[in-house]
Amino acid sequence: MTISIDPQETNNESLQPKGWLRYFSFSLDHKVIGIQYLVCGFLFYLIGGTLASAIRIELASPMSDFMPRDVYNQVLTLHGTIMIFLWIVPVVNGAFGNYLIPFYVGARDMAFPRLNAVAFWLIPPSGLMLVASYFVEGAAQAGWTAYPPLSITTPQSGQIIWILSVLLLGGSSIFGGINFIATIIKLRRPGLKLMQLPMYCWAMLGTSLLVVLSTPVLAGTLILLSFDIIANTGFFNPVLGGNVVVYQHLFWFYSHPAVYIMVLPAFGLVSEILPVHARKPLFGYTTMVFSIMGIVVLGLVVWAHHMFTSGTPPWMRLFFTIATAFIAVPTGIKFFNWVATLWGGKISINSAMLFSCGFIINFVFGGITGVALAQVPFDIHVHDTYFVVAHFHYIVYGGTVFIIFSSIYHWFPKVTGKMLNEKLGILHFIITFIGFNLCFAPQHWLGLNGMPRRVAEYDPQFQFVNQISSLGALLMAISTIPFLINVFLSVRNGKNAGDNPWNALTPEWLTSSPPPVENWEGEAPLVEEPYGYGKEISEKK
Amino acid sequence: MLDKNIYLILIISLVFAISFWIGFNVNLLPAEASINAPIYDELFKILFITGLIIFIGMTIAVIYSLFKFRKRNDQIGDGIALEGNLSLEIVWTIIPSIIVLLIGLYSYNIYDRMGGMKELNHNHEMMSSNSEKIWAGISQTSDNEIAINNLSIEVSAMQFAFLFNYPKGNFISGELHVPVDQKVSMKMESKDVIHAFWVPEFRIKQDIIPGQPTILNFTPTKVGKYPIICAELCGPYHGGMRASIIVEEESDYNEWFNKNKKPEVNL
Repeated sequence: MTISIDPQETNNESLQPKGWLRYFSFSLDHKVIGIQYLVCGFLFYLIGGTLASAIRIELASPMSDFMPRDVYNQVLTLHGTIMIFLWIVPVVNGAFGNYLIPFYVGARDMAFPRLNAVAFWLIPPSGLMLVASYFVEGAAQAGWTAYPPLSITTPQSGQIIWILSVLLLGGSSIFGGINFIATIIKLRRPGLKLMQLPMYCWAMLGTSLLVVLSTPVLAGTLILLSFDIIANTGFFNPVLGGNVVVYQHLFWFYSHPAVYIMVLPAFGLVSEILPVHARKPLFGYTTMVFSIMGIVVLGLVVWAHHMFTSGTPPWMRLFFTIATAFIAVPTGIKFFNWVATLWGGKISINSAMLFSCGFIINFVFGGITGVALAQVPFDIHVHDTYFVVAHFHYIVYGGTVFIIFSSIYHWFPKVTGKMLNEKLGILHFIITFIGFNLCFAPQHWLGLNGMPRRVAEYDPQFQFVNQISSLGALLMAISTIPFLINVFLSVRNGKNAGDNPWNALTPEWLTSSPPPVENWEGEAPLVEEPYGYGKEISEKK
Repeated sequence: MLDKNIYLILIISLVFAISFWIGFNVNLLPAEASINAPIYDELFKILFITGLIIFIGMTIAVIYSLFKFRKRNDQIGDGIALEGNLSLEIVWTIIPSIIVLLIGLYSYNIYDRMGGMKELNHNHEMMSSNSEKIWAGISQTSDNEIAINNLSIEVSAMQFAFLFNYPKGNFISGELHVPVDQKVSMKMESKDVIHAFWVPEFRIKQDIIPGQPTILNFTPTKVGKYPIICAELCGPYHGGMRASIIVEEESDYNEWFNKNKKPEVNL
């Protein structure tokens, strides 16, 4: 690959559309691509959220009465797939990674700008294809896990389109991962050492390693599954002598690391946000780096904890219990370090800070139920119940989505040059936090007491608690309104932000807001201490 | 400085006290109706209390920081330039490691007491001629004598029902009847897609897999009727795939068994 930044081409702005049209073009500018990822992801978030609302409406009553049963299964499959592959993974990796990483390493763009644009432009068609599959013969209805033989016996067109779509999204993810690794390792500004990089770079390096190592396994698995569906092969089809448990091993070999692909970047982002608003250095930089790498290594050897009831031998259950529980150690270090970062600071209580603190509280809760779920005897009772649903929503929504919002409040001034309205932001936080906890905390009890996941109907004794949960979901849906109003009002009439409204020290703030096409007017600044708050230092050249 | 430490100790003891109180007084679990259930609930209590201590502690730390260290209107400048504290970081690496290790060992012990680590006894009755590989659920084969005397039931699952075959009585039932306080051994296999056998009151679950028999053993301890729930997405009517397990006194069970028993057909 000799494609790198051709200065003549990217400098020649006349070749690229200007203004808002840029965002609909095959732009090579990492900042434009980052925003494309973010807005595209958010649109899919709205679709996935609508599907979630439909699920909660169905579950407000014990009977299956809101939609047909097979449609319900399509809805839950699409909800999971959209939220994971089209909202969280592209946004925490693609959107913030593309926007921030070149700034952080002092580069003018990503290592492979065209690959970068290709990676983004794979997403809208595959997402639309996935949603459109509903109108063909019904969408996939085997859950986002697509376990055979159910995925082989349900209507084929939906499942095949689902596989195609996930393959394209996986490809996009791999392209992105390669690009991030190359950019972080090779495009660092001369003089910038690895251990001086902002923490988000380390998080993205670890995440991209996971993407590159595990996503191809998912791709291979899904290709074999599609052979089983189209060509009547027998890899996973028990009727033809296939083994359904092998699929689960292969699937979770990607899909557990996928959890870290969704949360590690969030860990990186919160490490950027907290020091700025607490006016303190990030506590324990070195241990943070090592704990990220520890999570990457451990994250690759814990997949079978999703299969404790699948028929796994005792030694395997034991090994995966211990490995999974030990992930709590590096993760715990990060949380203690964040609290220590807050400790003794001069904390501005703003929307970005509140969403970050909400993230800490929610994620600690989800982490604790995670350690419990890692214990085989505990898991055997609650596996595949609403306890698990509650647990992973605490991780991916209470954790990652809170950080996505926090990051939007933090970097909006950088991207647009305008401030978001703080009052609306705090209102957004309060409704989201209450709605989220109201929706998902009661689900732990539901799971413990006998409500399995992915059901359209349930025992009437669970109706009251389900209605509380649905009320929480309603609040979560409502919470989007102040956010959207805030963004639209602020883009047009927001207060001017200036170049660095937070007085932050990380490199993206040392240029104008919004930044020029190649990030800096002159040389990229050398930032040796991205978290040097409280010190009299000269972080300029 | 001394005052600060006293407050800290007070708060920590309060967190412990609250967590223990909640752990012992708030019951989040359904009735206990098998040998497994009290063992499970013991583990749950330990995990619940440990989790509460960590969660309440961290939440207090975050909220306290937000209040105590919030930026006042008249303040300018930054917080203290504290970049880390190696001994503190070592402490909060080692303590969680120890907690996690202890919980892991403890849950191993629990799992062992549930019978999860025991080799399954394959050589009784219907399974004797089986050379196929059988994957185990929790087995509870604590005692060979029980293993010989226990009840053997063949479970087959299909979209969207469970069928219980009693080989000794040569009949098939849609309801699972078992005598109280006797060990039941089930060999389960699916006819179509993956299902799962879950009885919340027993705290057991095992997937039922097509082409791959699984075994699940349990000993009910309380007379009553409990739901059997399919816990693996198996199609449109997954939510409706339920059956009942009826645990009854041995005499009632024998009456039911003899009523349904069919004469054996000799070929």
